[in-house]
Amino acid sequence: MYPFTLDRPATIADAAALSAAGATVLAGGQTLLASMKLRLSNPGHLADLAGIKELSGIKREGNAIVIGAMTRHRDVATSTDVQALIPALAELAAHIGDKQVRAMGTIGGSVANNDPAACYPSALLALGATVHTTQRTIAAADFFQGMFATALNAGELITAVAFPVPKRAAYMKFNQPASRFALVGVFVAQTGDGVRVAVTGAANGVFRHKGLEEALSKSFTAQSAAAVPIDATDLNHDIHASAAYRANLISVQTQRAVAKMLG
Amino acid sequence: MEPRAAIGSYSRATEEYTLYVANQNPHVERLLMTAFVLSLPEHKVRVIAPDVGGGFGSKIYLYAEDVALTWASKQVNRSIKWTCERSESFLTDAHGRDHSSHAEMAMDKDGKFLAMRVHTDANLGAYLSTFSTCVPTILYATLLAGQYTCPQIYVEVDAWFTNTVPVDAYRGAGRPEATYLLERLVSRCGWELGLSQDEIRKRNFINSWPYQTPVALQYDIGDYRACMNKAQALADVAGFASRKSASAAKGLLRGVGYSSYIEACGIAPSNIAGALGARAGLFECGEIRVHPTGSVTVFTGSHSHGQGHETTFAQVVAARLGIAVDAVDVVHGDTGRVPFGMGTYGSRSISVGGAAIMKALDKIETKAKKIAAHLMESSDADVEFANGEFTVKGTDKKVTFGQVALTAYVPHNYPLDKLEPGLNETAFYDPTNFTFPAGTYICEVEVDPATGKTRVDRFTAVDDFGTIINPMIVEGQVHGGLVQGIGQALMENCVYDRESGQLLTGSFMDYAMPRADDFPEFKIGTVCTPCTHNPLGTKGCGEAGAIGSPPAVINAVLDALHAIGVKEFDMPASSSRVWEAIQAAKA
Repeated sequence: MYPFTLDRPATIADAAALSAAGATVLAGGQTLLASMKLRLSNPGHLADLAGIKELSGIKREGNAIVIGAMTRHRDVATSTDVQALIPALAELAAHIGDKQVRAMGTIGGSVANNDPAACYPSALLALGATVHTTQRTIAAADFFQGMFATALNAGELITAVAFPVPKRAAYMKFNQPASRFALVGVFVAQTGDGVRVAVTGAANGVFRHKGLEEALSKSFTAQSAAAVPIDATDLNHDIHASAAYRANLISVQTQRAVAKMLG
Repeated sequence: MEPRAAIGSYSRATEEYTLYVANQNPHVERLLMTAFVLSLPEHKVRVIAPDVGGGFGSKIYLYAEDVALTWASKQVNRSIKWTCERSESFLTDAHGRDHSSHAEMAMDKDGKFLAMRVHTDANLGAYLSTFSTCVPTILYATLLAGQYTCPQIYVEVDAWFTNTVPVDAYRGAGRPEATYLLERLVSRCGWELGLSQDEIRKRNFINSWPYQTPVALQYDIGDYRACMNKAQALADVAGFASRKSASAAKGLLRGVGYSSYIEACGIAPSNIAGALGARAGLFECGEIRVHPTGSVTVFTGSHSHGQGHETTFAQVVAARLGIAVDAVDVVHGDTGRVPFGMGTYGSRSISVGGAAIMKALDKIETKAKKIAAHLMESSDADVEFANGEFTVKGTDKKVTFGQVALTAYVPHNYPLDKLEPGLNETAFYDPTNFTFPAGTYICEVEVDPATGKTRVDRFTAVDDFGTIINPMIVEGQVHGGLVQGIGQALMENCVYDRESGQLLTGSFMDYAMPRADDFPEFKIGTVCTPCTHNPLGTKGCGEAGAIGSPPAVINAVLDALHAIGVKEFDMPASSSRVWEAIQAAKA
């Protein structure tokens, strides 16, 4: 790590001011601190959000669950509200990283970072979530813009994510065996607006698979999903898996998510 | 576990260098550095390595940093500390196991092995590391007879310089490579002939000892049939067929894989090592220092970096002398305190280091009996020693070990005309042969053909380690070895980019380290045929788990995929590689 100064703002307004002045905000540190240790990232000024109480917490608002940006994965995983209303989201949070990562990592950090293999973006996209920031609200469909790229402006901070409660949902994550990030993760949701299938890990960012959504909207069965050909073009090919394998996993994980939702 | 670290310092007052270093063999490190690299007076350099967080071989070697720190500390007249980061560790610690081999077996129609021919290309990396060349030769080719009679064996090894990180010994050092090749080949022979994996092995097991292999080594003792039988019982192979059906009902493919490994450790007889081209002797040194108040310090040339020698060696000494374990202190890892040592690797500590300690204890006992005889006014030959007491045959006279110890240092009533005061003996032990732990491992996997995900459902390991001193430590070693070997089979893989030479698996985010939840509870058993040529009858146990397990896993995967038509498969059995193999077979 290179030397840096650290501020600990007590309010969202203070944090936003620091960010506008050029500070990098620190959420759970599970990506930022690791990349600073590897010297891949070199911010001279950090603003730690951990002390801002209004940024943490899980509450029901109408037919939605609103999760504060600084809420740790462990707390989403163990929340009785999330387990009751969107159990797939609790399960997703329960399998991010390991115990130590879940104690520190936050939903706001994960969403703002938009790692192409992160789990949360698939949940936001499939559930039709809304990202609340210090400046506005952004629909998930508009928020994720490619590898590590989001719709956030400079100085704009995520304050919370609001998830409409679906009829049913499931998240099927196939682990990359070393990092235990998603090699391919598929989040399937049946909502008031129809079926959504969001895929992470397979491409340069989270995306919805139209073919699978159409097939499952007509017939919500594993067989219906199995019949959909998955195009491997534009899917990732690396030392862990070929594009063809990732295409196969998209199909298999979708089938298994559907099977799980059907009980 | 612990990345490398070192502190070099120099004293102008005493003209002595001191190197604290995470190393498995301080005397060897000192000798190599002073005599062959820096031309420093050996007796003015002290190397200290008391508390090392795991080595497995990678901390044997004389690394450039150790040398640079030692040299530089004199230049700048300061102590200099260096700690390696994990990514540096990936790039500079010696790697292990990089062979590509072609092997053939000739058999008669009943599956009896007639001849074997092997060609191996072994990568040594960009530079020769300290052991390097002996690993794919002396420690590899000589194990290709395995547990079997095979009259003719031809092995040719080409070693290569490449652009990779240097490759050297790592837990098993040549024997995992030999076992993997042989046990894969043997199971393949079974499949080709329509014989089960256990049947083809049983038809070829050696069954009388000593056995001279065609590849230099002579096995002293073993009972391979007993290990196989015990492993099959523990593994409940009888129930395999019904487990396989149950897996099939869930759409999963179940397979069973065997590995009947043997390895050569307790390295090594110096003359054989020399004849095979090694440039070092491989004896060990043990010093037993009895203090006037009856406590004992053991100085051992063996090194403890996770093996628990402080416990095991103290146990051996305490039991022999009839004193409390707490009264024994084991000192290792310091050239300033231990007379000499070749260090710990090659599962040699109990068999060679422990034997040296036993020899030193023999000398202690001989001298102590003379002192006791004098105290009890009897002849030396009539004195017996047991449970910490010296007695005279046929009388009720006795003196305790403590009394003898004090007398040795306060020699008022003492045969000074015949015997020096003090009770402090050193022994150097050079083994007369390698030791040969052997066993049978049986692995069952379940493969999900839709994703290629391969899960080890059960793993049974039966080992013959000869005499076992501390069962808990031995079981820990077996667990650790199994985890490394199964991890290698399932997930570990160093990948370099073909264009740039960059190491792509440069951190644990890309290099898959096995974790506890990758494994079932292991079923562990032992058979005991004591080693015939060392005082304790031990064979050593630190590496066997890592040696025997990889082929058991891959044979199980091949067994599971046999019906689909997969015949060849290289490690690691990651999900994507298994799936690709299935697709290729279906095509």
